[in-house]
Amino acid sequence: MTQVSPAQSAEKPAWLDPATKPFIRVEGVTKNFNGFTAVDNVDLEIYQGELFAILGGSGCGKTTLLRILAGFERPTSGRILIDGADMTAVPPYERPVNMMFQSYAVFPHMTVEKNVAYGLKKEGAPKAEIQTRVKEMLELVQLDGFAERKPHQLSGGQRQRVALARALVKRPKVLLLDEPLAALDKKLREHTQFELMNIQDQIGVTFIVVTHDQDEAMTLATRIAVMQAGRFIQCGTPKEIYEYPVNRYVADFFGTINLFEGTVSRVEGEGMEVECGAIDAMVKAKSFETIQPNTRLTIAVRPEKISITKEPPDHNDKSVLKGVVWDLGYHGNLSIYRVKTDSGVIVQVSAQNRIRSAERVLEWDDVVYLSWDVQSSVVLTE
Amino acid sequence: MNRDDLWRRFVIVTPYLWLLMFFLIPFGLVLKISFADPIVAMPPFTSLFDFNKAPGESFYATLDNYRFLLKDDLYRISYLKSLKIAFFSTCLCLLVGYPIAYAIARASPVWRNMFLFLIILPFWISFLLRVYAWMGILSTNGVINNLLLSIGLIEQPLQLLYTDFSVYLGIVYSYLPFMVLPLYATLAKLDFDLNDAAADLGAKPLTVFRDVTLPLSIPGIISGSLLVFIPALGEFVIPALLGGLDSLMIGRTLYDEFFGNRDWPLASAVAIILLLMLVVPMMVFQHYQLRETDQRE
Repeated sequence: MTQVSPAQSAEKPAWLDPATKPFIRVEGVTKNFNGFTAVDNVDLEIYQGELFAILGGSGCGKTTLLRILAGFERPTSGRILIDGADMTAVPPYERPVNMMFQSYAVFPHMTVEKNVAYGLKKEGAPKAEIQTRVKEMLELVQLDGFAERKPHQLSGGQRQRVALARALVKRPKVLLLDEPLAALDKKLREHTQFELMNIQDQIGVTFIVVTHDQDEAMTLATRIAVMQAGRFIQCGTPKEIYEYPVNRYVADFFGTINLFEGTVSRVEGEGMEVECGAIDAMVKAKSFETIQPNTRLTIAVRPEKISITKEPPDHNDKSVLKGVVWDLGYHGNLSIYRVKTDSGVIVQVSAQNRIRSAERVLEWDDVVYLSWDVQSSVVLTE
Repeated sequence: MNRDDLWRRFVIVTPYLWLLMFFLIPFGLVLKISFADPIVAMPPFTSLFDFNKAPGESFYATLDNYRFLLKDDLYRISYLKSLKIAFFSTCLCLLVGYPIAYAIARASPVWRNMFLFLIILPFWISFLLRVYAWMGILSTNGVINNLLLSIGLIEQPLQLLYTDFSVYLGIVYSYLPFMVLPLYATLAKLDFDLNDAAADLGAKPLTVFRDVTLPLSIPGIISGSLLVFIPALGEFVIPALLGGLDSLMIGRTLYDEFFGNRDWPLASAVAIILLLMLVVPMMVFQHYQLRETDQRE
């Protein structure tokens, strides 16, 4: 689902509007730890009111980048600007930034109320103001009535909300969230996802979320930056990244995808035909880049873009494969088929179960035809 | 009853038997002796039950020893002196041990093991030898005085040995590991995200320590302090070897009563009072620990 940043008009997102200035600028930030480069020359612009996700596998440097933004780590080189002010050398306790830790880091020796009030007390806010703001915040995260509890009397989800309230009560310019949902079970995670989005929408704070879970990033974020080995390899809206991945890593990281290697045999304008030896087929594809004949590249096709039929398709502008149903999985809303082509490659296909029926349309070992449109073939040169 | 039950029962009963044989029975004997009168005989005290006497007079117990303890200043002074030395030694151990434990807990795993090894290393040498070594270092003709004399910092050797200073030094030196280890165990368990979280919320480094690290390390402070305070209170060897005439601690007095005066009943009464002084802080500790485990559940 795409969202539009609340600070902006509904027509044009901030990052496409040249008139808006980025709220957070990361300029050429590098971080070395004893010869190991955790973050490698990263540039990033985040706009006010965005819910920005930094996504990557473990050890890709995403947490280090977050800790640099929070001020716990000093970058080896580069600058961090928030709202126009240089924050590179500002210690964490003076930054207009708050963080929600992966472990939540709720103070175990303080009550919920004291936890939430802690940041305001350090600011030296007057007592009456602290009381009202803490109360408001506890209401926002639906923890009113838990003010006097100690953290060990709370569930994981409640502790997470304490951590969120504690960070938000300071009204930071930016909220950093480190794997906010990783410690919650599946049901609670889905619920909290939408709760986080609602809260972000209500208060309009810029959120930066670090996660390794592409589903989480896709549902939450306005934009996603995919990180690998300390570098950003792609930055865009969830839709852009899912449908137009820049390389095999991104394509494979987001959901399931079928990858076929091949050689370009014919180019005609934007269109081309790719001979994929492994599946013994001619795949039709389009690319905006000019690609020379005989280039080796990878064709990527999402399982849901492939249609599976018992009869051969009649359009000849589609790419077609023939095979037998090797494996099938019923998931309620959709069925996953693993089809073995004549050449022995397994192709994954998913189809919506649109008709209510106790009987299966396709069975094991049925001969099937797989076909997809030209624009469903993603051309990956990397 | 199957074999597992038997085994379980054996495992549970053994420590209790151990405690009964080596703690409760000796304690009963000392308690019994503390109610007796000293006599010149073997054993040197009257028995609680004398079955040679008439049934009405066969039981004999007296509180004279306890009365004497209250009356004679010597005992009061020794108890107070012991309490004072134990208390201040504990404070010194805490002051010295906390930064050490903190540094070890924050060190990288390789260094951490190295440091812990260094903390435990002195135990490989006999305690008595180490105290004797201090005598060599501190005496008027010892290492420190010779060094200071040779560089001309002092003209006369300093009286370092046989003072309260040397007693404190000996106790802090000997008991420091007992402070550092439980403190380390508590500090190593602390989630350093908590420190980062406090800093993130606007607390400067010293405030972070006061608000987060210190309150969360209280269990370690308490167990470390008790592990130093309890043995320091009854300490005999260190004041006997390093202490002066005025560093009279209760352990020394106890020793003198037993072996010098051969007044076993009075010595037993001294021991019983000392035990009571130790049991009270232990009970406080127990209470605290129970509350701690309750909280964790």
